Amino acid sequence: MVEQESPLKPVWKPGSHGNFANGVGVYLSETMPGSIVQLAAWPGEEKAVIAAIKKVAGVTLPDGAGGGAPGDVKAAFGFAPGKFLVVDEKEGLAEAFAKAVDISVGTVTDLSHGRTAIRVAGPKAEWVLAKFFAIDFSQVSFPVGAGRSTVHHDVFAQIQRTAPTQFDLYVFRSFARSFWTALCHASAEVGYEVR
Amino acid sequence: MLITCPYCGPRDVSEYSYQGDGNRTRPDPASTDQEAWNAYVYDRLNPRGEHHEIWQHSGGCRAHLKVTRNTLTHVISSVGFARDAGHRKSDGHRKTGAEA
Repeated sequence: MVEQESPLKPVWKPGSHGNFANGVGVYLSETMPGSIVQLAAWPGEEKAVIAAIKKVAGVTLPDGAGGGAPGDVKAAFGFAPGKFLVVDEKEGLAEAFAKAVDISVGTVTDLSHGRTAIRVAGPKAEWVLAKFFAIDFSQVSFPVGAGRSTVHHDVFAQIQRTAPTQFDLYVFRSFARSFWTALCHASAEVGYEVR
Repeated sequence: MLITCPYCGPRDVSEYSYQGDGNRTRPDPASTDQEAWNAYVYDRLNPRGEHHEIWQHSGGCRAHLKVTRNTLTHVISSVGFARDAGHRKSDGHRKTGAEA
């Protein structure tokens, strides 16, 4: 595979910024997974795709809308009816899925170079993200592991809660730099660290 | 206005795109009945009250939804996946091309 180049490079400023005198509110980072794969099941074949995710990625997805499984190496979540996003630290996940998911069951789309993965973590993560997205970020309605599809103006985002105070966002690569800049501005009031 | 997507839950209307009147019945594509096509393309009920509509959750799960909205109060009384509703027959209130 070709070497990945981050779209955030020109605006990437590691270190603490904004109002961090009383502590850092959020930690912003780019996770740069090797593989981001979208799976779509034909109607009625959802369980077969969930089984394929378990077989190929070793991740067990719970039933239900937006159900997901977080993980440092591999993670997966549902973001639409019969559609799932699977992320792996390593490359080559799409090839493995292409062998495991027959065309009669569903489709496999390799988005590894089409999405940028941004991690927002820290005590003020919910607060900052609530400025962007009109969804409920409380842990009751958005539990750890769950995925959500939503939008910030034109920037479509898929969000997975990967820990009580940590969210992984998948945004279109072409919008990533603009979104990242807005994220930094929104995080300034609570103090943020880029790492 | 909030629309409760069957997959995503309650979301702001800005996440949705209106896809038109849900009462229409598309004529057979092979049909050359001009009145039927005219009715399909142009005739609308425009009711005051409950209205069947198709919305797409374009800023979310991207599913097409069948929504019943009150045009007077904006109360959404039902939401379901459009694909579950199947092919909807005309409810009989709309004038056909011949009657229009």
